[in-house]
Amino acid sequence: MKPIIEVENVSKRFRLGHLGAPTLRDAVRGWFRRGRRDAPDAHDFWALRDVSFRVQPGEIVGIIGRNGAGKSTLLKVLSRITEPTAGRIKLRGRIASLLEVGTGFHPDLTGRENIFLNGAILGMRRAEIARKFDDIVGFAEVGEFLDTPVKRYSSGMYVRLAFAVAAHLEPEILVVDEVLAVGDASFQKKCLGKMGDVARNGRTVLFVSHNMGAVRTLCQTGLLFERGRLLKSGPAHGVLADYLAAGGGDADFWSRPASEPAPGPIQFDSASARVEGIAPRQRLHVDLRLTSTAPHRPAFLWIDLLTSLGVPVLQAVPDPEPFMEHQRGEHHLRVVIDLPPLVPDRYSLTLWAGPHCTEPMHIVERALSFEIEISPQPSRTFGHVPEHGFLVAPSSVAYVNAGHSQAPREFESLAQPSSAA
Amino acid sequence: MLVMAEMSEAIDHVTVIEPTRGWSAPRWRELWEYRDLLRILVERDFSSRYRQTLLGPLWFIVQPLLTTLMFTLIFGKMAGIPTDGVPGPLFYLCGLLGWSYFAQTITAGGLTFINNSHLFSKVYFPRIVVPAAGAVSNLFATGLQLIPVALFYAWFAWRGAALHPGWAGLLLVPAAMLQLVILALAVSLWMSAASAKYRDLVHLNQFLVQLWMFATPIFYPMSHVPARWQWLLWCNPVAAPVEMLRLGLLGHGTLNPPAAAASAAGTLALLLTGWMFFSRAERTVTDSA
Repeated sequence: MKPIIEVENVSKRFRLGHLGAPTLRDAVRGWFRRGRRDAPDAHDFWALRDVSFRVQPGEIVGIIGRNGAGKSTLLKVLSRITEPTAGRIKLRGRIASLLEVGTGFHPDLTGRENIFLNGAILGMRRAEIARKFDDIVGFAEVGEFLDTPVKRYSSGMYVRLAFAVAAHLEPEILVVDEVLAVGDASFQKKCLGKMGDVARNGRTVLFVSHNMGAVRTLCQTGLLFERGRLLKSGPAHGVLADYLAAGGGDADFWSRPASEPAPGPIQFDSASARVEGIAPRQRLHVDLRLTSTAPHRPAFLWIDLLTSLGVPVLQAVPDPEPFMEHQRGEHHLRVVIDLPPLVPDRYSLTLWAGPHCTEPMHIVERALSFEIEISPQPSRTFGHVPEHGFLVAPSSVAYVNAGHSQAPREFESLAQPSSAA
Repeated sequence: MLVMAEMSEAIDHVTVIEPTRGWSAPRWRELWEYRDLLRILVERDFSSRYRQTLLGPLWFIVQPLLTTLMFTLIFGKMAGIPTDGVPGPLFYLCGLLGWSYFAQTITAGGLTFINNSHLFSKVYFPRIVVPAAGAVSNLFATGLQLIPVALFYAWFAWRGAALHPGWAGLLLVPAAMLQLVILALAVSLWMSAASAKYRDLVHLNQFLVQLWMFATPIFYPMSHVPARWQWLLWCNPVAAPVEMLRLGLLGHGTLNPPAAAASAAGTLALLLTGWMFFSRAERTVTDSA
C-alpha cells in the first residue's frame, strides 16, 4: 500500500529578527545598510531540520518531544498553515487539523450556527455538516441550548460543542495538537475514545501530546523530535521508553543522561517528585541531587511549575539566599512545595540552579511531571478549562440582606468534611 | 452511492506541500471548493452584525444621511459646486451609495491578515474567502441605503425635479455594483498583503481611503471636470462605476465606452495582481504573528 503521508527532507526556518511586526521603516533602513550587513543568519532558527518519515493509512502516530522540539511546527506545515522552507510533503487524502478547540467560534452566534461555521472553517461542506448535525449535537450534549448564543455557555459546554464538531470531521488524515488537555477527565476519555474510533475506520491520525499515557494507549507508531530533528521513529512503546529513559520530561523520576556534557560547575544529577495529601491541601515533595564539579560562587535553586501546555503557573524559591557551597561537593536536597488548588492536568517541573537569577548554571526543562486527577472542588459538577486559569481560589459566599442566618458555605469546609460545622 | 463517490474522490486527492518560489497564479478552483465557507461567513456577518441591535442597521442609513447633509452645506451651498442638474441631496446620496460600500469594504478587508491572525495560525483554508465574504456581506448595508435614496427620489420627483432613470439605465445599477464588489475585493487583497508585509502601512491605508474620495466624483459631477483633465479622473477605476450608478438611478451622469472599458480592465488587472500578491503573503504570514 502506498504511504498516505510522505515527508521528505522537510526544513522550516524562522527569521527571529523579523518576529513581531516588520515595518516599512525597518525595511528602508535595511536597504541602506545592505552594503555592510553583519551576519544575516545570526537570527535564523531552524524549527525543523531535514525531517523525513512515512505514514501508512490507518496508522495512529504519536509525536513526542520537549517544548520547542518542532512538533507544533511540523503540524503547522502539514496543515498548510505555513510553508516549509525546504523539502516536500505528499498527502494522499484530505487532511483536517485540530490545533485548537473551537477555532473561529463566534460568541454572538448560537450553538447551531457555530456548528456550521466551525465545520466549514475546518473544511466540511455544508451538506456534510447538515448530515452529521444530530450526531454532533448528541455527542456534545448541548441539545436544549442549541439556539442560545455560545457566549452564554458554560466553559464545559463550549469545549464539548467545539470538540464534537471536530470529532465528526471525516478526513483521511486527522492532525491533533494537545486539544485533549481541555475539559474534565470523563470528557477527555470520551475524546480519546472517539479518536480511537476514527482510526478504526481506517483513517490516519497524527497526534501531538505531552500526555504519555494517551500516546501509549492510542498510538502504534511514535516519532521523537529534538531541536527540530527527528531523533527516532518506530513502534510507540519503544520510542516512548527511549524518550523517558533519556529524561524525556513526563515522568516522576529524572536523571541526567550520561551522554549529555556536564553543564556547569553545579549541575542536577537526578530528581524525583511525588504529591502527598488530598486536594486542595496537597504538598509536592521534590528530591534533588546536585554535584559541584568545580569552584563556584554559592548557588541557589528554584522550581517552575508549568501546565501540560507549557504555561507557567508558579515558581517555588525555597531559599532566595545562595546556600549551596561548592566545597560541599554533593548536595542531596528535599524541597517541599505547598501546592495551591490546581485544576486537573499533568503539570511539569523545570529545575533551575545558579548563583544569581540572571546567571543560570543548569536548567532542566520539564524534568519531572505529576498528575492532578481530582478537582480541588469535589462538589463541582462541571469541568475545568484553561481559559479560566489553572487555580481555583478558595472563596465563600453569604447573603448580606436580612432573613438569611445560615452560615456561608466555605470552600475549605467542603473539601474537608471533618472540619465542617 | 453518495458516500462511495466521496470516498473515491478523496483517495484521488493528492496534495503536495513544498516551498513555492516566486509568484503563482490565483487558485480559482480552491476558492470554489470552499464556496460553502464563503456562504457561511456571509451568514455569520449578517446574524452577528444585525441580530443583536436595531441600531446597527439604522446606522447604515444615518451615516450617509449625515454625510449628505454636510456635503449639501459645504460643497453645495458654500462652494457652489453644481450637481449635474440633480437636486443636491439626491446627487450626494447616490454617489455615497457606491463610495461608502467601497470605502467600508476596503477599510475592513485591508486588515484581513492582522484581524484574523489567530484564526489563520490555527487552521488552513484559502484566506481570500475572508475578504471575499466581507465584500459580499457589505452589500447588505448598501441595500439598506437604497431606502433613503428611494425616499428622496420620491420627494424630489413629486416636487417636479427632472429625473429620468429609464429601464435600460436600471441595468447599469447591478453592473456597477458588481464592478465595485470586484474592485473592493481587489484593493482589499492589495492592502492586506502590503500591511502583512509591513505593519506600518496600516496607517497609510487609512490615509489612502480619505484621499481616494477626493479623486472620485462623489461631491462633484464628472461633467464639471475640465474636458482635458477628465482622462486623469477616469484612471481612478472607482470613478466609472460611481458615475454608472448615478446614470442608472437618476438618468444623469457622464460615461463613455472607452472609460467604462478601461475601468473594467483596470479592475480585473487589480484583482489578478492583488490575488497573486495576497497568495504570496499568506504562505508565511503566520510565522511573524
